[in-house]
This record gives sequence, structure tokens and C-alpha cells, in this order.
Amino acid sequence: MASWDWQLYCTDMVTEEVAPKCFGAPGYETYLDAMIHGWGWTMFVSVVGLLVALVAGSLIGVLRTVPNRKLAMFGESWTELFRNIPLIVQVFIWYHVVPRLFPVLDLPPTILVVIAIGLFTSARVAEQVKAGILTLPKGQRYAGQALGLTLPQTYRHVLLPMAFRIVIPPLTSESMNIVKNSAVAFAVSVPELAQFALQASEQSSFVQIFLPVTLLYFVSAYAINRVAKGIEWYVRVPGILGAK
Amino acid sequence: MTQLDFSFLTWDVLTSFVAKGLWFSIQLTISAMIGGIVLGTVLALMRLSGRWWLERPAAFYVDTLRSIPLVMVILWCYLLLPYATGALGWSTFKPETTALITFTLFEATYYSEIMRAGIQSVSKGQVYAGYAMGMTYRQTMSLVVLPQAFRNMLPVLLTQTIVLFQDTSLVYAIGAYDLLKGFEVAGKNFGRPMETYLFVAVVYFVICFSLSMLVRRLQKKIAIIR
Repeated sequence: MASWDWQLYCTDMVTEEVAPKCFGAPGYETYLDAMIHGWGWTMFVSVVGLLVALVAGSLIGVLRTVPNRKLAMFGESWTELFRNIPLIVQVFIWYHVVPRLFPVLDLPPTILVVIAIGLFTSARVAEQVKAGILTLPKGQRYAGQALGLTLPQTYRHVLLPMAFRIVIPPLTSESMNIVKNSAVAFAVSVPELAQFALQASEQSSFVQIFLPVTLLYFVSAYAINRVAKGIEWYVRVPGILGAK
Repeated sequence: MTQLDFSFLTWDVLTSFVAKGLWFSIQLTISAMIGGIVLGTVLALMRLSGRWWLERPAAFYVDTLRSIPLVMVILWCYLLLPYATGALGWSTFKPETTALITFTLFEATYYSEIMRAGIQSVSKGQVYAGYAMGMTYRQTMSLVVLPQAFRNMLPVLLTQTIVLFQDTSLVYAIGAYDLLKGFEVAGKNFGRPMETYLFVAVVYFVICFSLSMLVRRLQKKIAIIR
């Protein structure tokens, strides 16, 4: 390992010229520029993917607990399908196969990766949401129905407000996983952090590139985890689950 | 809309391109499972030892590796291991060997958390009983606590192994020849990448789904014994 030259981050990736400013110098694309952009894409894929996962996962999780066999079966199949195929294979299918089979879905690569990661994670979210609803005493469901609430109303006003607050701690760790999983996007052309690391390290000492990139992942996963923990504290149910 | 055509995936194609990859994926999963459980149990024992000079390094190792994407861990090892082995005077590494070492080191962190929970699930009375019989710490652990911890956690350990099997597809990053790579090479050779991606998904699904069904049955059995 040669001695490290941190000025590398201020040089242009193509011309190898030192830019007047390390970040955002007009006419230059320094290593630092590229790394920050990569980080931006990682965060974009993670945050939007998480939103997709939460919406789809909650819906599927709820479907798995309704007293309707067909809907419950659909929910179960969804979960098994997205849980039993490796993420990288799912990313390949969304990227290489889906746009050609369904021209409507010929979307930009980043969006396809967001869908892939979002649906992959939705299976895990659905699992948690289902478990959360099932831990509630059955009496709560019956009580809602005895009061004359319809099934959607029972879910909306009785079951879900409790279930979601129970489910949030496991979902916190899922939010961290999604940042880590987003690195799989390196395999298709999404210019996120892992891909930056691979490309940039071809031209220079890899430790010098990999160390900051790894730290960025570490910090981002931790930051998302903190935000989620904050939400967890905010919505806690007084009196249960170790809430003070 | 493109037409799909799976007819090129004959038995000959599967055995010549895919079998080697599937075998490597299985080998990698099983050896990383065994190595990971052994190393993970050691890490768990270190974290529960009550001695800070054992606890801290183990906690640092586990927490650090679990906060980094597996892809990055694989790439780190792929690029760093040659330095380590170069110093030892070994010849260069194949990506397959790197994958084996990486997955053992990485999965150990997940297995160690499972084993830690397992050890803590054994009631204190069992430990006291061991001591009362005149057993040493070592004997109590290996003869009383660990066998129970292991049995309690068996379904979880196996579920983690299914996750591990899925994770092995990430050796794509260093170009090791696994199940995914085998199909991809076949797809490129016949100019039918879409079909092979779909087919490899089906293969992964069938393997992982049947294994998780088996684990579920085992879980029911164990639940009755307890």
C-alpha cells in the first residue's frame, strides 16, 4: 500500500487535474464530487425504497390477517415470492427482464432499482405487520365488530393504531438494512456509492477509496436508525413495551 | 413485447454451465454455516464472559461488520486478503477461496447474535445445577448450557442459513462462479439473458421455499418436545 494522497479527492476523475475547489468546482468532476453524488443516490434509493416497502408491506401485512381466504392467500404468496429470491436476482429481473416484457415499465434504472429493493423489503415489513396484528388480543377485533364497525373501520381505528406501534422497533432495523441492501444496486448502472467505490478504486489505491465509502455507509445506516428510533419514541404506547 | 423461449435450457446446458455453480453455492453455504456457527459461538461466549477484554473486541467485531453492506465486506476481503497472504508467502487467491473466508467471517456475526440469545434463553438454574455438581465453567458451558442453547435456536440458525444461501449470490461482485453466475454465463452464450434470469429466480425460490417449509416443520416438532 503506497502512501496515501488525500489530494486525490480534489482531482478530476478524467483529466487527473487538481481542481481549484475540491467540491463543486465548475468544469471539474473531482473524486469528492463523485462520492457525494454516489452517496446522494444511495440515500435516494434507500429512502424511497423504504417508503415503497412500508406502503406495500403494510398493505400486504394487513391482507394476510383478514378473514378472506383469497386475499390472505394473495398476501402469503406475495411474501413468499419476494422473500425467497435473492435481492440481486430480483434487481436483475427488474432491470433486464421487466422493461422488455412490459414496455410500460421501461423506467429509468434508478426507479427500477427502487422498486426492486422496495418490494424485496416489503415482504419483511409484511411479516412484521402481520405479527404485530396477531399479537393483539382477539377480543380487540371482536370488540370493534360488536360496536358495529365495519372490517375496514376496525382495522383503521382499533387494530392498526396499536399494531403499528408494536411493529416499529423491528421496522427500525429494517430501515438500516435497506441502506446496506442498496449497495446491491452496484450490479446495474446506478451510480451509487458501491459503484463509485468500484470505479474509483480502479484508478487509485483502493483503501483510500474504500475507507471513506465504508464510513459513509456506516454513518448513513446509523443516521437512518437514529431517525427511526426518534419516531419509535414519539409514537410509543404509554404503559407497554418498556415505554416510560 | 419480446417472446420468451426457454427451449435452449436442456439438461446438457444445465449440467455443463449450471451444475458447477450450484455445487459451489451449496459448498459455500455449508462451510460458511459450519465455520460461522463455530466462530459465532466463540464470539457469543466472549460477549457473555463478563471480562471486558473479551467482551469489547467481540462486540466491536460484531457491531462493525453488521453495519457495513455485505457487498463492501466482500470487496474489502477480496482486495485485502492478497496482502495478508502475500505476507505469509502464499500464492494468489481465487475469488472462490476469498468468498469462503469472507462469508465465514461475516456470517459469524449473525450466528453469534443468535447463539447469544440462545445462551441467555437457558435458565440460570441450569448453570447453578452444573456448578452444584462440581463442574467447572468450561464443563457447565459445553455440557449443560450450549447443547440446550443450540437446540432452542436450531430453527433460527437454519433460517439464517437460508438467508446465507441467498446472500451467496453476492459473490457476483468478485466474479466467483456460483449458481447465479452459472446461469448468467449460459444466458450470454445462448443470447437469452432474460430467460436465464427468470429461471435462476425460480431455482432460488424452489430451494429457499422448500428449505423454509422444512424449518417450519422442525419448529413445530421442537415446540412439542419443549
